Amino acid sequence: MSITEYFELLFTDYTLRTITLGTAVLGAVCGMLGSFAVLRKQSLLGDAISHAALPGIALAFLITGAKDTNVLLLGALVSGLIGTFWIRGIITKTHLKTDTALGLILSLFFGFGMLLLTFIQKQPNANQAGLDKYLFGQAATLVEKDVWIMAIVTSICLGILLLFWKEFKILLFDADYTKTLGFNTRFIDIVITFFIVLAIVLGLQTVGVVLMSAMLLAPAAAARQWTNKLSVMVFLAAIFGAFSGVFGTAISASQNNLSTGPVIVLVAAVFVIFSFIFSPGRGILFKQLRVRRNRRDLQLQKTLQFMHEIASTHEDTTHPHAIKILNNFQGFTKKTLKKLEERNWITLKGQNWSLTEQGFFEAENLYNQQLNNEHTAN
Amino acid sequence: MEKIAVQVDDLTVAYNYKPVLWDIDLVIPEGVLMAIVGPNGAGKSTLIKSILGIIDPIAGSVSIYGKSYEKQRKLVAYVPQKGSVDWDFPTTALDVVMMGTYGSLGWIKRPGQKEKKAALEALEKVGMLSFKNRQISQLSGGQQQRVFLARALVQNAAIYFMDEPFQGVDATTEIAIINILKELRKAGKTVIVVHHDLQTVPEYFDWVTFLNVKKIATGPVKDIFNDDNLTKTYGINYKVAINK
Repeated sequence: MSITEYFELLFTDYTLRTITLGTAVLGAVCGMLGSFAVLRKQSLLGDAISHAALPGIALAFLITGAKDTNVLLLGALVSGLIGTFWIRGIITKTHLKTDTALGLILSLFFGFGMLLLTFIQKQPNANQAGLDKYLFGQAATLVEKDVWIMAIVTSICLGILLLFWKEFKILLFDADYTKTLGFNTRFIDIVITFFIVLAIVLGLQTVGVVLMSAMLLAPAAAARQWTNKLSVMVFLAAIFGAFSGVFGTAISASQNNLSTGPVIVLVAAVFVIFSFIFSPGRGILFKQLRVRRNRRDLQLQKTLQFMHEIASTHEDTTHPHAIKILNNFQGFTKKTLKKLEERNWITLKGQNWSLTEQGFFEAENLYNQQLNNEHTAN
Repeated sequence: MEKIAVQVDDLTVAYNYKPVLWDIDLVIPEGVLMAIVGPNGAGKSTLIKSILGIIDPIAGSVSIYGKSYEKQRKLVAYVPQKGSVDWDFPTTALDVVMMGTYGSLGWIKRPGQKEKKAALEALEKVGMLSFKNRQISQLSGGQQQRVFLARALVQNAAIYFMDEPFQGVDATTEIAIINILKELRKAGKTVIVVHHDLQTVPEYFDWVTFLNVKKIATGPVKDIFNDDNLTKTYGINYKVAINK
């Protein structure tokens, strides 16, 4: 199946439509909440939470003996929340730093989860197979009910986000100050964290424990490159996340046996790489181009200034001078002379150059100009 | 007798075993421009943070105009250290100043035209009006400090706590800031500043508190800003040229 066939099928095939819708909604809600995680410098919190959810899935199965997705995800939610509280506990109660706490909880819970999974596999129970799909996710198992749950959680999350937008924003920027204004920062913090945990748990079925954090971080990291406005960033991250979901599903469905979760994550990574390079404000490419252009301009200006120094010793400022005279000066090349001539600042005659009146004027005003540029740049 | 703006009783703070602040009693009269001075690690920032309820003290109480801080929150504005936030946060100078209005708005309510007007006025007061739409990471250190100051001005408080507002700013900004602080005092406000540069204390402030875990002294600059107290606070024979 080719990609175009896939998009045609999307309108007729029920299963495909369900899966695509599910991954799109998941991508959107993860992108939205991921923006907060990234701006709070809690990027790795998502990773720790998703890994911490694994023992919850295993325990839920052991206790109920059933493989109902919702029950398993409820287990994931509980153990994810416990992991989060432990992380916070370690940070506030001990000398350990955040990264250490995250690493500890991540590996501890994940290890315990793996232990339980292998234990379950040895059980004489035909029902056990397939729990390990939560490691890397399996989008094909999404059914309409799952998508509905995702959609409901996403809209609740969006509602809360709009309602408490001002509180979220100020907490993200300056938590101490928020506290002095009389806001219950712990409450805001818990709301944000709870929704991040919820989004992660929702994604486990599709993307899996191991790759889930990428769903949170990649769209947000990409979105940050394109804007300096929080609302636009959150919106863009949601869009990037949704598109990663759709394209990832499309690619994995059109190529046989490609696991959907990893493909979605790779598509999100493409968004990130593209944004890092090509975004106009913060992208590497345009930054480099700006640096080059500025350097070239400075070189021209230095040459011009040097010429101005020589020329101003004469009464006639357009008096011609030999190019050789510039030899001691490092900034000049044949190319810069050409550029200066193009700008009509000098004229070249044989082995001589002379300043034009315009060039003389420009040189005199170089310093003032630079000052002005600084003021009008924005 | 003048009114007491801030009163601190028996305040003790410890992060771990070692106390950061030990049994601080402090009375700050209304309308003073006060510097808190002391060496690194003396607990200067901790003192204002615990007065503002950001840090929980293990003992002691704070009152603002005779009532608990929680009840008097709206009378108090805070300028945190510039380095305490991420200036690459996606927002503009105006937006940061608007945050100063969030406290009086309360939960959920969004700032409107009235709040925007107040924020613009505060930006003008600190000479930053033309930078209102500038992304905050593109502001210089001094400009960022002015934005923080404007955010506190918008709160229209009676008492201002500032944590090292002169740190890393150039001479122009320092003068601009101190002029605003002096204006606040003239308007009857109380301003409390964590300060590092001892040379400028007599010129800028009329009240001073020496702090080094314990309170060493507090009072009018002209009475207590002397070598004796400086030596007690800094532990070495500290002499500054004081122009009284």
